[in-house]
Amino acid sequence: MIPGDVFEPISYELTRADLVAYAEAAGDPNPIHQDEDVARSVGLPGVIAHGMLTLGLAGRAVSTWTGGAEVVEVGCKFTNPVVVPAGGSVEVHVSGTVKKVEDGLATIALEVTCEGTKVLGMPKAVVRA
Amino acid sequence: MPVDQSLVGREFAPTTPRAVTREHVAAFAAALGAAAGEDVPPTYPIVLAFDAMQTFLAAEQIDLFRIIHGEQRFTYERPIRVGDSLTATLSVASLRQIGGADIIGTTSAIHDADGSLVCTAKATLVHTGGQS
Repeated sequence: MIPGDVFEPISYELTRADLVAYAEAAGDPNPIHQDEDVARSVGLPGVIAHGMLTLGLAGRAVSTWTGGAEVVEVGCKFTNPVVVPAGGSVEVHVSGTVKKVEDGLATIALEVTCEGTKVLGMPKAVVRA
Repeated sequence: MPVDQSLVGREFAPTTPRAVTREHVAAFAAALGAAAGEDVPPTYPIVLAFDAMQTFLAAEQIDLFRIIHGEQRFTYERPIRVGDSLTATLSVASLRQIGGADIIGTTSAIHDADGSLVCTAKATLVHTGGQS
């Protein structure tokens, strides 16, 4: 990896069934990820994906791009909700660019969008290069 | 009801040790659509951080459905491995109110069975129950 390297973008499809599966595996029963009425009651536009599911997909992309390089840091802000409609699906699109390689560590700046909107703020991963 | 300002600096009890099993790692990876392998997904420690958050929410009588995740960051001291037994200890780093919501900054230190720090999970939690 050298600074300026651009990785091949990857898209992942999400359905309500994926949210149920993630909730179970991650142990996160928050009903805003399952129940339309509860989600709207706290001001959300509808049922949303767990932010950590979206960041998890970004982590999966990093692993695919780097051949499973050791991640020493990963994080983001959750700036826009990923609304997942009942009976439908949405696509989460992950792209990444190597920003810096220093002391054996590569910093990868990510961009994560859904329906053309950035959903994560300043997502990045630092991996052992 | 706004969250009590005196929370800042408070540390909550460590979570019950959680064994990192091959089965759970595979289930977590599968829920991200990834093939099951030996590698632990980099966002896996959210499971520990979530345990710690639940301890905190229960202690402060905050409803989970009023919490929205604002920010999350993991910094690793070493990779998590199958066979680890981990606990998370949450402390409240910051607290401010914006537009009737509480913005709660938390830090969860994740330790292994030897007491060594494995990962630090920093989360910003947005509590939407602030308007009273």
